[in-house]
Amino acid sequence: MPLAEDFYRQMVRLRAVENELTKLSQSGQLRGSLHLCQGQEAVPAGACAALRQDDYLTCTYRGHGYVLAKGLDLDLVIREILGKASGLCGGKGGKMHLFDQEFGLLGTNGIVGGGVGTAVGAALASWLDGADRVAMTVFGDGTINQGHVNECFNMAALYKLPVIFLCENNLYAEMTPLDRSHGNTDLCARVASFGIKTDTVDGNDPFLVHETVSKAVKLARSGGGPTFIEAMTYRTTGHYQADAGTAYRTAEEVATWREKSPIGKLEKVLGKSAEPILAEEEERVSVAILAALKEPDPLPSAALTEVFA
Amino acid sequence: MSEMTFVQAINAGLRQELDRDEDVFMMGEDIAHYGGMFRVTEGLMDTYGPKRILDTPISESGFVGMALGAALAGKRPVAEVMFIDFTLVAMDQFHNQIAKTHYMSGGRVKVPLTVITQGGGYKGAAAQHSQMLEALFLQVPGIKVVCPSNPADAKGLVAAAIRDDNPVLFIEHKQLLGVKGEVPDGEHVVPLGKAQVVSSGSDISIFTYSYCVTLVQQALEGSGVSADVIDLRTLNPLDWETIAGSVRKTHRALIVHESHARCGVGVDLAAQIQEKLFDELDAPVTVCAAADVPIPFAKSLEDIVLPTPARILASIQKVLNG
Repeated sequence: MPLAEDFYRQMVRLRAVENELTKLSQSGQLRGSLHLCQGQEAVPAGACAALRQDDYLTCTYRGHGYVLAKGLDLDLVIREILGKASGLCGGKGGKMHLFDQEFGLLGTNGIVGGGVGTAVGAALASWLDGADRVAMTVFGDGTINQGHVNECFNMAALYKLPVIFLCENNLYAEMTPLDRSHGNTDLCARVASFGIKTDTVDGNDPFLVHETVSKAVKLARSGGGPTFIEAMTYRTTGHYQADAGTAYRTAEEVATWREKSPIGKLEKVLGKSAEPILAEEEERVSVAILAALKEPDPLPSAALTEVFA
Repeated sequence: MSEMTFVQAINAGLRQELDRDEDVFMMGEDIAHYGGMFRVTEGLMDTYGPKRILDTPISESGFVGMALGAALAGKRPVAEVMFIDFTLVAMDQFHNQIAKTHYMSGGRVKVPLTVITQGGGYKGAAAQHSQMLEALFLQVPGIKVVCPSNPADAKGLVAAAIRDDNPVLFIEHKQLLGVKGEVPDGEHVVPLGKAQVVSSGSDISIFTYSYCVTLVQQALEGSGVSADVIDLRTLNPLDWETIAGSVRKTHRALIVHESHARCGVGVDLAAQIQEKLFDELDAPVTVCAAADVPIPFAKSLEDIVLPTPARILASIQKVLNG
């Protein structure tokens, strides 16, 4: 069982990374979109602690928290996010396309729901081999409305595959609230209709997330099939760097959720012992960013390689 | 050598690879208990069991995506999409996920998966069951595309596709499924990316593939034309060396295929030939392909949309007189 300090460390590392990336995005040193997950840090911290290194994982464009919590090297990930030759994927993928089979990471993804089939397929491989590796795929509430994802729910249930569907329900699909995009906003009821066990958890509590995911992992490892977990949480920042997140939400609503931020909550629990952890992580991330910025860009010739193996 | 149908030859190729590598498995609609809509997977479930030969629901996007995940997890999946027309509901998986994964990962991960499917017209199957959509898969880098024209190649190319560490789309033609031919016994693998010279000639080079190889041969029968007929077999990777060698020999080129003309293999090849071999040419490079309309149902309509021996011969004469 991980300690409060472990969860806190994961969460503030993620927050520090996002704070640094925001600065780089604003100064033009970071290309492309930046999708922050501030306020949602407890979900990756709690969920990944329930997985083994060799368990499979796919996630979304907002997936860097899971990538780090799964154990990938901070420097490799930062260098990739900054498009450096020495990055995890040689600068070809960027933040939305991180892969590392050694850690079971089968892709962050730029398409909503696009990596769900990948995770279910990895679970299928495990099932075919009689192995005990499980797969976890993470997505938001909006993803429930993708056809591909519903096909995957059905097949996961049909073959009883060892897969955990972890849904971060942050109440908004990009900028559209739940009740304007779902005919039935009871997400668990919708997924349960496939014959999948479901569970709802406070996504701002890393201990509860860890406990709920652990239960699902245990079930999956023992041949009990898939679980859908709805982690209730909130993105206190916008959908991406150009969205202030205020046009479609009231200031009161955002403020209420900021109060429930998992980092703040755990800080209160830890008291003084939080301070050195925060300082260490901020320092570590800052050093990683500065070092990554000095790394060389990919050679232009690399653009034309690795289309085929 | 044994005489067998195109379908039996693919079945033999699949068995060869299922026997050779236990990571090879199949998934698709009606492939296991029923034996496949076109009998390509007949008897495989009895030999390899219902997990390795896995029936799926009608969920092309789902199971094609799962094939990617299984490939990343170390398996060598072979998914069957019953009609190539149905690949369109799985295009995010083909184009955004499968084709790009190796590249996006900076070469860190490999995607050894094969999708076998079936396309083509001439059967009155109408607009949503008669297409040849190979060009859609050639537009996006990262997927190999194979279009066999005869049973022996079907066995050897399906084996090569499965052994390849990349995504491969293997397209059967519905007019060829029952066609018989001599197929090598025992292990048979035809390398991807190698065209085959079907007949050697000096007047004109005709580049074609799939069922159109048969149609070109019919067009040439008794015509007195001495044609270099090249069966491309694999469209990505393309055997440019063989193509260029033939153009240098005959100085005239015609491309024949069944899919639509616009933005298709023909205009792509024509552009490459004129750009790289302009001084070799004695006539404009010409394309004989389907008209740019959906494939109609009635035979009298389908006949004027799809290439026929008569239309192909007219194109040959045009190039010879050009």
